[in-house]
Amino acid sequence: MNTIPEINYLNHPKGLWSWLSTVDHKRIGIMYLILIMIAFGAGGFYAMMLRLELMSAGQQFLTPEAYNQAFTLHGAIMVFLFIIPSVPASLGNFVLPLMLGTKDVAFPRLNLASWYVYSTGAILIIASIFIGKIDTGWTFYAPYSTLPDATGGVQWQIVTVTAGIFIVGFSTIFTGLNFVVTIHKMRAPGLTWSRLPLFVWGIYATSLIQILATPVIGITLVLLILENIWNIGIFNPAYGGDPVLFQHFFWFYSHPAVYIMILPGMAIMSELIAVHCHRKIFGYFPIALSSVAIAMLAFVVWGHHMFVSGQSEYASLVFSFLTFFVAIPSAIKIFNWVTTMFGGSIAFTTPLLYAIAFLTLFTIGGLTGIHLGTLSVDVHLHSTYFVVAHFHYVMMGGAVMAFLGGLHHWWPKMFGVMYSEFFAKIAWFFIFVGFNATFFTQFFLGYQGMPRRYHDYSDFLSTSIFESLHGFSSFGAMLLGIGFLIMIFYLIHSLFEGEPAGDNPWGGLSFEWQTTSPPPTHNFIHDPVYVHGPYDYDKIIPEVTYDPMDTSKDRGMRY
Amino acid sequence: MEQQHESCKLGLWLFLMTEVLLFGGLFCFYAVYRSWHPETFARASRELNVTLGAVNTVVLIISSITVALAIRCIQLNKVKQCMAYLVATIFFAGVFMVVKLVFEYPEKFAHGTLPGKYFTAGQLEGTNPHIFFGVYFGMTGLHGLHVLIGMGLLLWILIRCKKGHFSPQYYYPVELTGLYWHLVDLIWIFLFPLLYLI
Repeated sequence: MNTIPEINYLNHPKGLWSWLSTVDHKRIGIMYLILIMIAFGAGGFYAMMLRLELMSAGQQFLTPEAYNQAFTLHGAIMVFLFIIPSVPASLGNFVLPLMLGTKDVAFPRLNLASWYVYSTGAILIIASIFIGKIDTGWTFYAPYSTLPDATGGVQWQIVTVTAGIFIVGFSTIFTGLNFVVTIHKMRAPGLTWSRLPLFVWGIYATSLIQILATPVIGITLVLLILENIWNIGIFNPAYGGDPVLFQHFFWFYSHPAVYIMILPGMAIMSELIAVHCHRKIFGYFPIALSSVAIAMLAFVVWGHHMFVSGQSEYASLVFSFLTFFVAIPSAIKIFNWVTTMFGGSIAFTTPLLYAIAFLTLFTIGGLTGIHLGTLSVDVHLHSTYFVVAHFHYVMMGGAVMAFLGGLHHWWPKMFGVMYSEFFAKIAWFFIFVGFNATFFTQFFLGYQGMPRRYHDYSDFLSTSIFESLHGFSSFGAMLLGIGFLIMIFYLIHSLFEGEPAGDNPWGGLSFEWQTTSPPPTHNFIHDPVYVHGPYDYDKIIPEVTYDPMDTSKDRGMRY
Repeated sequence: MEQQHESCKLGLWLFLMTEVLLFGGLFCFYAVYRSWHPETFARASRELNVTLGAVNTVVLIISSITVALAIRCIQLNKVKQCMAYLVATIFFAGVFMVVKLVFEYPEKFAHGTLPGKYFTAGQLEGTNPHIFFGVYFGMTGLHGLHVLIGMGLLLWILIRCKKGHFSPQYYYPVELTGLYWHLVDLIWIFLFPLLYLI
């Protein structure tokens, strides 16, 4: 009979101020989780606006100016406020010290500071919406983002939103710094690098990119702000500047940023597959080192976003060539995860469903990245819906699916309760089907020439084809929305009525499963010492206290 | 304690790497525009006062020495001398800022050698000298901001030192602030030749 411990990190100490002044990484992780989910909702709201507008040809309810703001804010909020912080700040913060068998991260006060910095940046970004029109696209390309506004004055809304993003960047840097030092200096006795769970390796690689890449967007946005306010001329040809330089600076960060988005998801994947198939990971070192390889290769391919921006063909050739290499470590991981499942004891659990979704969807996204990385093909596909489909497949079909899988995997550890498997599977189904309906269609749209960031497609030769495809895509988006609404419902319900989960419902072998669910404030009652590896399912058959197919017990939700 | 000391040092070195990348963006800006407009850059950089720049370089190097001596003192439990060296460091940082803000910048404002659209010193030949001053003010401005932040940190360390927080067993905030200060100095040592000398 599983019980929730009387005193755990959630209920002791009590009171709102104890949460807002906490230095407990678990509480900070939960606080981040709340803000990140709100950001996801806001970004998703803008996405629904876009899909509703594009459902048919002609204007539905958004003016062209409003449409431009909708896709800009959808992108900026999703990228900077949701997906970049999502795994490291919420799940990473919660799980990493537990996995290392230690009490907290290296700099707990810096951790809390990073949450406040994130909140401040988020407030600035939201405030900027009320200052003026933000319609440049989340990429803020000069010269459009640096021109004076209609009255000849400074575009203060651009200054504010970029200042907000600059500040959120510091939160990322602090988190990355904290994790690198924690992983280097605070592992439990006996836990050498080769015995670490692969989640830690993935978070480590992510943190390296965070530390090295984020300052570059910092300086880029500072220069953009200076250009806006004081016209220093860096991006203005009239004063000797060059707008393409902005693109170089911007993508030098934003390409590694997409690896900040996917590496934590891949880190989670190793855990999900190994634990829910009770199988030793196939190829531990290839997976571990491929994370580091991706981190290094991330920095040398930024020009593939600029093939048609007027850079030299020779530079484009080099970037295209290097872009193909980035696929190799990712493919190694996919092969290893699939091989891990072979011969395993596969459990039909929600986290594994999300992991399988990742395997298929990330593969599609990654392969279409090769299409786009091929210089000659990209000339035709650049700025079409093919690109939109590609990055949604890797970011949402990849990173978000992994994040959701991780959320469900560690939900019992975080809150001590199980969610309803029944509704979780229904939500998964809506999300998976809805996602593919929305975005697979967009490959066809892009291939047929539908440009991105267009509010309407009425006067094209292919308008009727576009209309059918867009209509189907928007229908898919509604299914996606339904799936997420179901998810919010059963997750919150579980907090009140969920069945107690027990210490180790899935039979995991890493340290976090050796403490109570939820853990005490100081994480462990007895400090863990390394006895067996995190994937030693070939040596150990752990007890599984949660059977998702068992309908005999009352789950708190009757069905 | 030792582990905490090691952790903090590692943490600070990582932060210093982020600073290097931040300034790196500006060095990249410099490199790109210099390669496109070499004569303009050479001509415009002659508008800068090399003497004042050299004075500032020497001042910062001395301040790095004094902060290193401050760390040495606290390692030897000479608290009063440590405080004296910290005061000296802050003093030299202040001299740097005064030279910059009182002697160098206003002269530029008077001559109109300013970035972008504010450039009014028409007599400089070469294409687009505006950019050079964008680079100049961007790099020295960001650097100056970091000097001010450093002064604030040093002052905080000085206050803690006076309150007796530091000893040979616990002095790493002094050490870490010193490390930050050395980076600020190092960045200036790169800035000075690139902007003033070549």
